[in-house]
Amino acid sequence: VRMKSRIPLILLACGSFNPITNMHMRLFELARDHMHQTGQYQVIEGIMSPVNDDYGKKGLISARHRIAMAKLALETSDWIRVDPWESEQETWTETVKVLRHHYNESLRLLQSKKEFMKNKRPIERSTEDSFSYQHPVLPELKLLCGADFLQTFKTPNLWKEEHIKEIVEKFGLVCISRAGSDPAQYINESDLLTKFQHNIFLVKEWIQNEISATQIRYALRRGLSVKYLVPDSVISYIAHHNIYTEESERKNEGDLLQPLKLHNTTVNPLND
Amino acid sequence: MEDPDKKTEVVLLACGSFNPITNMHLRLFELAKDYFNETGKYKVIKGIISPVGDAYKKKGLISANHRVTMAKLATKNSDWVEVDDWESSQSEWLETLKVLRYHHQKLLSPDPTNSPQNAIPLTKPGRKRKQEPNRHDPVKKKNQSPDIKSVPQVKLLCGSDMLESFGIPNLWKLEDITEIVENHGLVCISRAGNNVQKFIYESDILWRHKNNIHLVEEWITNDISATKIRRALRRGQSIRYLVPDVVQAYIEKNNLYSPESEDRNAGVILAPLQKNASDSKN
Repeated sequence: VRMKSRIPLILLACGSFNPITNMHMRLFELARDHMHQTGQYQVIEGIMSPVNDDYGKKGLISARHRIAMAKLALETSDWIRVDPWESEQETWTETVKVLRHHYNESLRLLQSKKEFMKNKRPIERSTEDSFSYQHPVLPELKLLCGADFLQTFKTPNLWKEEHIKEIVEKFGLVCISRAGSDPAQYINESDLLTKFQHNIFLVKEWIQNEISATQIRYALRRGLSVKYLVPDSVISYIAHHNIYTEESERKNEGDLLQPLKLHNTTVNPLND
Repeated sequence: MEDPDKKTEVVLLACGSFNPITNMHLRLFELAKDYFNETGKYKVIKGIISPVGDAYKKKGLISANHRVTMAKLATKNSDWVEVDDWESSQSEWLETLKVLRYHHQKLLSPDPTNSPQNAIPLTKPGRKRKQEPNRHDPVKKKNQSPDIKSVPQVKLLCGSDMLESFGIPNLWKLEDITEIVENHGLVCISRAGNNVQKFIYESDILWRHKNNIHLVEEWITNDISATKIRRALRRGQSIRYLVPDVVQAYIEKNNLYSPESEDRNAGVILAPLQKNASDSKN
């Protein structure tokens, strides 16, 4: 049996997940299908990383709830999980740092697996174990996002140039867009993105399913149904804890997003 | 004289292939219910999914048994939407109007007969309508709550595609469309920026009964077409989170959709087109 080793791939999605919706979970499914069809990758894990409360986005409710809802939603998924690391940091963390963290974690896991294999008696190892032990293929970690995310690279002061470079060069993007939008254009308009376009995988979503969390919150505030857009378990959770209200939507109102705050400080040190 | 504070009871009836049922189909019910509740004049008491019979002969239509089962699985944890297999168990294809009449009949009397011939029209054709098109002869019901108007109405729940299909030659009988909008009513869910209002404007019959055509705008884009679901399945792509998990599991277990299943009825004329063409010849 010829074993063509595909590169193990981890998909990481960063975002508010305020709340998690069926669309968020669809992104993972679409990305996995696409990367498998390239013939080069084997998706081994999907990680959802809700942003830290310190991000300061309007209407962002406590990470405790956002993590709990994501856990409920992903209960039935055998490959996607939610990770609280980013939300547990003391401050907001740049996306590139989240990518680095999870990549290092995956390497650590690989290393400890190798140790484990080494300590196993040869007879206990399966053929597959032996093969991968001797020829470990390093995993890759790519950032899973929507096309609108690509566009945000252009927002002044939101991203550091060197971070964008590291994201597309060292990690890579899997970018889902809907029929009719053209992310290739954003790539074309950026020299940096163009240079690393081989590491930006564009996936088209033909089945329109743009369930924006903002609209979900809007519906919830008005007592309208969000059934079949958001898992039932999440709907129950929201109702039970009465999380989304007019008041919760006003949270952080008028505040600058944390990344913009940071970059403004760096640019204008004399304002202290 | 009816009490204006009383609410009219409404049953939402969705006819279609449900091949397979998707989250979008289920959403239609939720959107319609919210809409009626917000008017303050209606109370939605039930939702009915009525999958079309195999005799419809649509391309790619798999057996009604499966379609009904999937719909039932999908609505298992809904406390107000249910599946009715009367339409799908008829040996011949039935006009939508007949299904509407049947369900209306069923609401009025506790023991409806199963014969489609007994699905008689509510009013004689040609009868002049009074100002309020929703008025029906009152029927005495037991245990009626004081704020409910006497007779529940069955309204056809659909997307803009069905409404606009009224324009396809020979697909619908003109008198059927008239009776649907005149005696029952339509609830049409469509995406923001649609052409439905224009379509209604351009049709004299629809325009005349526009008070009985309720347009609901869906702001959350959720265009999960069953055709695309079947396509994804043929290509081994995931349909998770587009259909209820139980439906996805059922499809996978029974290997329902394949290139072969999509070829079913290929080249066969759709039942309503065949029927209406032969009727007009007679």
